[in-house]
Amino acid sequence: MDFLPAFWFVLIAVLWTGYLVLDGFDLGVGMLMKGWARNESQRRVMLNTIGPVWDGNEVWLITAAGAMFAAFPHWYASLFAGLYLPLTLTLLALILRAVSIEYRGKSRTARARTAWDWCMAGGSAVAAFSIGLMLAVTTTGMPLDANGDRVGGPFAWLSWEGIAGGLAAVGFALAMGWAYLGLKTEGSPRAAAHHHLSRYLPLYLLPSAAWGVLVALRQPDALPWVLLAAALFAGMVAWRAARIRREGWAFTALAGSMAAGAASVFLAVFPVVLPSTIDPSHHLTAFNASSSDYTLTVMSWVAVVMVPIVLAYSAFVYWVFRRRLHERHIPESHVVTPV
Amino acid sequence: MDPLDIARWQFGITTVYHFMMVPLTIGLGLVVATLQTVWHRTGREQYLRMTKFWGKLFLINFIMGVATGIVQEFQFGMAWSEYSRFVGDVFGAPLAMEALVAFFLESVFLGLWIFGWKRLPARIHLSAIWAAVIGSVFSAYFILAANSWMQHPVGVEMVDGRPVMNDIWAVLTNNTLLVHFPHTIFGAVSVAGAFLLGIAWFHLWKRREQGIDTVQPDGTVVVGSTGSRARDETDYRVWWGSLRWGAWIAIVGFLGTAFTGHAQAQLMIQQQPMKMAAAEAACHDGTGFSVLSVADLRSEGATSCDDIVGVFEIPGLLSFLAHNDFTTDVPGVNTLIPQYQEQYGTHLPDDPIYGERAGMEIDYLPVMEVTYWGFRIMITFGGLAALAAALALWVTRKGTVPLSRPLMRLAVFGILAPFGANAAGWIFTEMGRQPFVVVPNPDPTGIDQVWMYTAAAVSPGVSAGEVLFSLIVLSLVYAVLMVVEVILLTRYVQGGVPAGMPELTADEHEGHDGPEGPGGPSGDGARHADDVLAFAY
Repeated sequence: MDFLPAFWFVLIAVLWTGYLVLDGFDLGVGMLMKGWARNESQRRVMLNTIGPVWDGNEVWLITAAGAMFAAFPHWYASLFAGLYLPLTLTLLALILRAVSIEYRGKSRTARARTAWDWCMAGGSAVAAFSIGLMLAVTTTGMPLDANGDRVGGPFAWLSWEGIAGGLAAVGFALAMGWAYLGLKTEGSPRAAAHHHLSRYLPLYLLPSAAWGVLVALRQPDALPWVLLAAALFAGMVAWRAARIRREGWAFTALAGSMAAGAASVFLAVFPVVLPSTIDPSHHLTAFNASSSDYTLTVMSWVAVVMVPIVLAYSAFVYWVFRRRLHERHIPESHVVTPV
Repeated sequence: MDPLDIARWQFGITTVYHFMMVPLTIGLGLVVATLQTVWHRTGREQYLRMTKFWGKLFLINFIMGVATGIVQEFQFGMAWSEYSRFVGDVFGAPLAMEALVAFFLESVFLGLWIFGWKRLPARIHLSAIWAAVIGSVFSAYFILAANSWMQHPVGVEMVDGRPVMNDIWAVLTNNTLLVHFPHTIFGAVSVAGAFLLGIAWFHLWKRREQGIDTVQPDGTVVVGSTGSRARDETDYRVWWGSLRWGAWIAIVGFLGTAFTGHAQAQLMIQQQPMKMAAAEAACHDGTGFSVLSVADLRSEGATSCDDIVGVFEIPGLLSFLAHNDFTTDVPGVNTLIPQYQEQYGTHLPDDPIYGERAGMEIDYLPVMEVTYWGFRIMITFGGLAALAAALALWVTRKGTVPLSRPLMRLAVFGILAPFGANAAGWIFTEMGRQPFVVVPNPDPTGIDQVWMYTAAAVSPGVSAGEVLFSLIVLSLVYAVLMVVEVILLTRYVQGGVPAGMPELTADEHEGHDGPEGPGGPSGDGARHADDVLAFAY
């Protein structure tokens, strides 16, 4: 009876981790469109490394939220309503990020392109921060009443842990963005990726480590600490790999570091999915927030069949676009004139 | 300010807006995939050009659908948390399936299609667009399964005051869904038809205005060329083909919506009789379909049922819509309200969930001005678009469009008619189910105990200020983005086929730009010419 909620808890943790890793590098590249790139050809190379895949990566977020709705409606409802303002910003940020990717290259003036670049960089940064904040709040809690409704006003969710989680996601996305550019480009972005990762990688991962420690300190078990150590080790491997220019290893180890870190955090809080900071009896857990066994069984079959298929065709697309991009691969920008 | 009203405005605005993009995505996606299939089979250049041009417009619109779609999934939890808790056991499942089955397919394969033109074998590239379009159609199915459950709950039993799913198959084959889904798809198809027709008309007109195509006194069309591939004979065939396809697609789309709409009305009269009555502004039982009813202006407010005066009605038509005969009475509002009061109560329960509305009297009557006119705008706009398409077929039978600027403008602005019909239909069906968010299924098997008032659905912990903030910022951003999208679509339409196919006129420009072209540093250019991406942002 308790297997299904636990299974779905794990699955949702996997979906969020997948989102952080996959859209993480899209968001990182998006931030670097303004944070690093200095000229048009750099920006176009960067944009086109994520061009074929970013939309599929964003679906991980939609799936994670949809799976929460289906499997843990009380968790979904309390978390999303409680974080009303940060999620409004998330939505705006994701809207601007998506539209700027498609419309940037269709603008005619340098000023319009610059405006879209700001939309993309700002949107990516705000989306990463607010999603990190949301995941931190769901592990450290906010004031909830017995019905699961937030009390204490529109900013009652605000906490140091939440801000640490936001910074963690931004730092991790930047690191992933660099690692992806190192892996997928030739020329100046690749050189810059090497430069930044070999010097600053620990700095990018510091807030993630802080969040992991904050959560692990709240519980007595050893396993979250072990996983956190594994995450630290993977981070060290990534750093080392970046220094010796093994870009594939750096990327993989960074993803592994996030997977181990997320596993540590989710394991540390299990079975609580959203704690109430005013009364432990108001905690939402995987067992009191979940859907019926019938619904979970149906959804399990759907997930067991569909997830491998999705992974297979996603992998195929990454394989098709496996080649590094260089400025010389980018066609001249196309100016549309009336016929 | 009441969070409930603001949240309802927000849901209405964001959903109607999202559904400006969705039908064009579905309809135009089907068209583009079909065009590419025809090109693949015949190898004829005009179909390649059509695929590329319409495909480009498809993408400009698609991204807006993606961007505004996430809002939909998030706002159930954000603004309607009590609804999400109540229905989560059954309503979340189709949403999660939509993401897992449909959205991944759509997004991943569309990326493959956009960037895969030179990279993939033709057959696999063609499969990519079909996979993406099938993903869009699947997503419509799943989200309509969720919506149909709100209109007609099935496959659940009440456990501890909450509907708990006991039959997913019943949810996915809800009879409401089985008519709702084709109605929506045909609605999307009619949007695509008018879109093709209007834009192709513009370009055929432009070719005549520029003196490229001429019409002989006996009506024979002489197709010309400017020497540029942007305006050659194949270009004519692109627009001529698009115009004829568009007109037929619009007609098929309308006929499809009419037949499925008729089936919907027959279910509606059983499942939501009040919505049917409100669609007719019918206070008393009757068989006539109202063509025009007005509220009696002498009375203040004119919201009471007795103020409505039928000006002109077609006897028997309403009875035909609802029952397939001309004599069976369709119950009016005055008959239905006592029935609803008896079955579902006269006052909202004294439950804190209703906030200030606890204990208030329930108004079972939807806003009739909206339902009555929504229903009629839907039918009128849909019908006019189809009629215009049929006329367009006749007017252009000799091979091109008349050299009339007003007629061209009419064809272009006619694109908006099916959009209006779609929006009006949704506003009608969603507002017609008020005051319920989950409409009671009248089937007396226990399932008739499953319903929820909209007043109980809103997030209890969220303040009016928060919802107002999101309503304002989302509306502002949406308004700006609508302007941007329309500007971009207009620019790409005016650019003609080369807008979606720069390679078409690339050689012509090269004479001016020098031989290096896009190759970058000189010397590298020739060696890496084949490396250049077929498409890049």
